[in-house]
Amino acid sequence: MNENWTLFKRNLAEFWKTFRKNRLGLLGAFLVITSILVATFAPWLSPYSPSDIIRDEGGHGLTFASPAVHAPLGTDDAGHDVWSQLVHGARISLMVGFMAGFIAMFVGSLFGILAGYFGGAVDNLLMRITDILLVIPDLPLMLILVATIRQLDLKISPLTVLIAVIGLLYWTSTARLIRSQVLTIKERQFVARARAIGAGHGHIIRKHILPQIMPLIVANTVLILSTAILVESGLAFLGLGDPTKPSWGTMLNFAFDRSAVTNGAWWFYLPPGLAIVWVTLGCVLLGNVLEEMLNPRLTAHHLEGDQNMVTVPGKGVE
Amino acid sequence: MTAPMLEVRNLYKYFPIRQSLTDLLRRKPADYVKAVDGVSFTLERGEVLAVVGESGCGKTTIARTLIGLEEQTDGEILFHNETVGAHERRARAGLVPLESGGVGTREQQVLPRMSMKRLRQQAQMIFQDPYESLNPRATILEIVAEPLVVHGLARGREERIARVKTALEEAGLRPAEDYFLRYPHELSGGQRQRVVIASAMVLQPELLIADEPVSMLDVSIRAEILNLLRDLRQKRGVSIVFITHDLSTVAYFADRLAVMYLGRIVETGPAREVLANPQHPYTRALISVIPVPNPRQRRERVILQGETPNPIDLPTGCRFHPRCPIATAECGKIDPPWHAVSPTHQAACLRIEQGTP
Repeated sequence: MNENWTLFKRNLAEFWKTFRKNRLGLLGAFLVITSILVATFAPWLSPYSPSDIIRDEGGHGLTFASPAVHAPLGTDDAGHDVWSQLVHGARISLMVGFMAGFIAMFVGSLFGILAGYFGGAVDNLLMRITDILLVIPDLPLMLILVATIRQLDLKISPLTVLIAVIGLLYWTSTARLIRSQVLTIKERQFVARARAIGAGHGHIIRKHILPQIMPLIVANTVLILSTAILVESGLAFLGLGDPTKPSWGTMLNFAFDRSAVTNGAWWFYLPPGLAIVWVTLGCVLLGNVLEEMLNPRLTAHHLEGDQNMVTVPGKGVE
Repeated sequence: MTAPMLEVRNLYKYFPIRQSLTDLLRRKPADYVKAVDGVSFTLERGEVLAVVGESGCGKTTIARTLIGLEEQTDGEILFHNETVGAHERRARAGLVPLESGGVGTREQQVLPRMSMKRLRQQAQMIFQDPYESLNPRATILEIVAEPLVVHGLARGREERIARVKTALEEAGLRPAEDYFLRYPHELSGGQRQRVVIASAMVLQPELLIADEPVSMLDVSIRAEILNLLRDLRQKRGVSIVFITHDLSTVAYFADRLAVMYLGRIVETGPAREVLANPQHPYTRALISVIPVPNPRQRRERVILQGETPNPIDLPTGCRFHPRCPIATAECGKIDPPWHAVSPTHQAACLRIEQGTP
């Protein structure tokens, strides 16, 4: 495994070398990593538990206390600390988003690879399933699904239901994208060569197809994460979250329900909204940059690069 | 006499053309591209057979069928007297029914069958384009070791690396260790083709199918790669089916020559004999346009008129007659049989028999 480790280090170093130069990518990575850190260390970052009621000296609950009264972000209608809720909400939002995103990525890649590689009847079957899911409007379908599953009273936690529904509905675009890539890759000569060597389907998919689409899958996963987090927030805002484990969407839902806007409690509805923007923006920036960078057609040729060129463009010949 | 190493009997490969729905409803018979239309040849151990012809004549299809990338429509491929592949299935799915009318002939049931996997241990293919035939995300070590992994040979790491090293060095990439961890895009075209050859030779096959191995390379590198193939043949005794459109490399390299036109072999024989004494007008036309180093030398060039006919609707009779400079009316009616020029040299042309080619 010695060579593999050397190679991995070399590839990582090369990746970092190009990634470092990309400001948008760095910003995206910063946004994503900070939010993950906040979620991980939530208990240490929040002075209260989200369910603690903050009281003034007289023992009365502080409702809608502004940040000036109760730092750093004031309190909500029931006197809970908003900052603590926000930090703990990051855990829920990110967990639902990541799990759903990974499920979507896995299902989508599997469908895409199988459909693209085997073609024919398999392709037809899988792609028709994809088409059906693609044409049904997402939000109403999810609302109905989540509501129906809850009614069944299956003793599944509401968050698990959310994860499953988002994960199993948001893989269609990934599947289509991966399929189209696999279609072009499987016609390439190194795949024919592998077949001529005598390799089976499993070997070809693992060793020849997957490495080519892996960058695409990685970049797409990051993009899907942002969608999953957004959708989770949307569903939670509509009241389908778990009220005992409030995510950012649930916070917005509470803020809306308890007329935070008319009370002028901007510290209650702005922070979760901005947090959602923070994470999704980070994911989108990072995903786009990764997609651009990991695209094999855009990576360097062996004659490319300043040190190998006789004249550096822009500097003239002289 | 023992059976030849590779024998191809009456190989047919038709590609169906996709029909429109209206044609299907009208029950119009399906059209086929007749890429290979009845080709037979044999190859002995250590022999180099060159298959020559212009693009679209079916040479690459023969190569792909030999290695099992395409299934033949009909005909047999015998490797050491064993039929290759699941022939019954092919016959059942075949577009041309077998003469016996049944599923496979008596002979096919008698002959031992060789699985595709075993064939591929003994026969390897070299593709035309070294820029496309290597996985861009695999290292040279992985690429060359792949046949060993696929066939479950050389399971130990040490042994695998040793075999890869030998193969790379035999292919002229020295020191081999320098190449192990490189990626294909870090190599030049000639080096890549050497990697392809190393990967084909790592199993020590008996047969190499080289599909225009040098046509994508610079002229300066071509000779090196051809020399490499020639050395391998001398050292390892490997037989080579050498597919090319370039007759000048044939003289340098091949023992025997088969000239193809529109899916058929029109002339075959020892390479030197065919080149020195071509009989078929198509062979003559090809030979007459080989560039000659001496600019003062005067010679007659036969420039063929027109274009290769569509392989869907082949001309009747001799398929070369619409472009043949010496065709007669008869040529449009009779499909020419083989005419033996010498015991080893044959050509399919009516005019030879009439003594006026």
